Amino acid sequence: MTRAAIDVVIVDSGGANLASLAFALDRLGARSQVSADPEAIRRAPRVLLPGVGSAGDAMARLQRTGLDDVLPTLSQPVLGICLGMQLLYEHSEEGGARCLGIVPAAVQRLAASPGRPVPHMGWNRVRARQDHPLLAGIESGTHLYFVHSYAAPVTAESVALTDYGDDLTAVVARDNFVGTQFHPERSGSAGARILQNFLRLAPCS
Amino acid sequence: MRDGVVVKGVRFRGHTVAGDILELATRYRDEGADELVFYDITASPEGRSVDREWVRRVAGVLDIPFCVAGGIRSVADAEAVLAAGAEKISVNSPALADPPLIDRLAARFGSQCIVVGIDSETTPAGWRVHALTGDPGRAHDAGRDTLDWVREVERRGAGEIVLNCMASDGVRRGYDLAQLAAVRAVCTVPLVASGGAGAIAHFEAVFREAGVDAALAASVFHSGDIAIPALKAALAAAGIEVRR
Repeated sequence: MTRAAIDVVIVDSGGANLASLAFALDRLGARSQVSADPEAIRRAPRVLLPGVGSAGDAMARLQRTGLDDVLPTLSQPVLGICLGMQLLYEHSEEGGARCLGIVPAAVQRLAASPGRPVPHMGWNRVRARQDHPLLAGIESGTHLYFVHSYAAPVTAESVALTDYGDDLTAVVARDNFVGTQFHPERSGSAGARILQNFLRLAPCS
Repeated sequence: MRDGVVVKGVRFRGHTVAGDILELATRYRDEGADELVFYDITASPEGRSVDREWVRRVAGVLDIPFCVAGGIRSVADAEAVLAAGAEKISVNSPALADPPLIDRLAARFGSQCIVVGIDSETTPAGWRVHALTGDPGRAHDAGRDTLDWVREVERRGAGEIVLNCMASDGVRRGYDLAQLAAVRAVCTVPLVASGGAGAIAHFEAVFREAGVDAALAASVFHSGDIAIPALKAALAAAGIEVRR
C-alpha cells in the first residue's frame, strides 16, 4: 500500500473497537490505515483520533510513542471521536489526566440524576451553534449516538451542543482540529454524512 | 443466534429459526432500529465463546450500535468481540459464575461497553436470577435475588443492564412493569427492558410507567407484526422522544 493511496490514518489509541470506525470508512470508500507511528501520522492527509477507555490510559499510550507532542503540531484535518475529542482539551477530570491542550478548557464528569443515567448511552439530539463544514447537510436537532461518562463544557470552540441535563459540547472545532462527542460511525446515515464531510475537508489548511 | 441463524423462543424454550443474521441486521438497520443485540444463546451452555466471524460480517453492514452476548468469560474473549467491530459486549451466565469478571472488563474497556444481561424469573420467593437459560435442560436458579444482583453488577462497573423478564418472554402480553420499575429504582445506569412486547401500547407503557431507557423486542419484529417505523411514529405521537 503506497502512502498516497491513504485518505486517513486512524491513530492506534489502544481501544479495542477501531474496527467499527474502519468499517464505516470502508462503506464510504475511504482508504484508511491504523497506525501509532508518529511519522505516518505526520504525513497523513487526515488523522482520526478515536478512543475508548480512560483519558489517563489513552494519554499514557500516546506519551509512549511521543504522539502527545506530535498531535498538537499537525496542520492537516484531525477529527477526535468521543474520548478522542476529550483528549483535544487541556485536562480531564478522569484520572486527573493532562491532555493535548488544543482546546483551552477542561473535561468534566457527568453527574447522574433521575432520568439522566451515567454513562450517557444513547441517541441524543444535537443542535448547531455555528456553521461548520463538518455539519454540512446535518439538520439541527438530528439524533446522534453518544456513549460517555465525561463531557466538555460549552466554550467559544463549541460548534454544536447536546442537552443532557446541561448543555454539553457535541462538536468542537479549533483551527484544523475538530471533535465529536458522539460516535459518527454508529450514528446511522447522519453519522456517515459527518464522516464524509470530514473526508472532504481540504488536506492542508 | 444458534448455529449461525437467528432463532426466537417462547419463555426461553422451543426456539424456531427467524432468519439469516445479515438479512435481519440489514432490515432492522434500514427500518430505523436504534440498536441491535445479538445473543449467541448456546455459547455458554456449550462452554464456548461467541463466533467472531459473524460479528465481523455484521459490523461491516451496521452503522448503528450493536451488542454481542454469548459465553464471554475473559478479557481476551471480550477484546476479540470488540475488535471484530461490536460496540458493546454483554455478559450473563459468566458473570454469575465469576462476578469479578465485570470489574475486570470495566477496568479494561470502560463501563460504557459492558452490559450485564440478567434473566429474571418470577417465583414464590420473589424475583430470582437464572443462569444458562439458553439451554432449557441446564437453566437453573443462580441463587441470587434479582435486585441484589442488579446492585452488585452496577457496583462492579456494569454500564448498562438488560433485564429479561423470563415469565413475559415471547408471550407478547406486555413488559413486566412492576419488576422493571423495581429495578429502575435501584439502578442508576441505563436500563433496557426485555421480554413481553406484543403491541405498540406495551412500549409506551414501559417507557412511561417503568422509566426504562430503552425497550428491546424480538418476536414482534421478527414476525413483522410490529414495524419499527410505525412503532416510532406512534411513540412520537404519544409524546415519547424517538429518533426518526
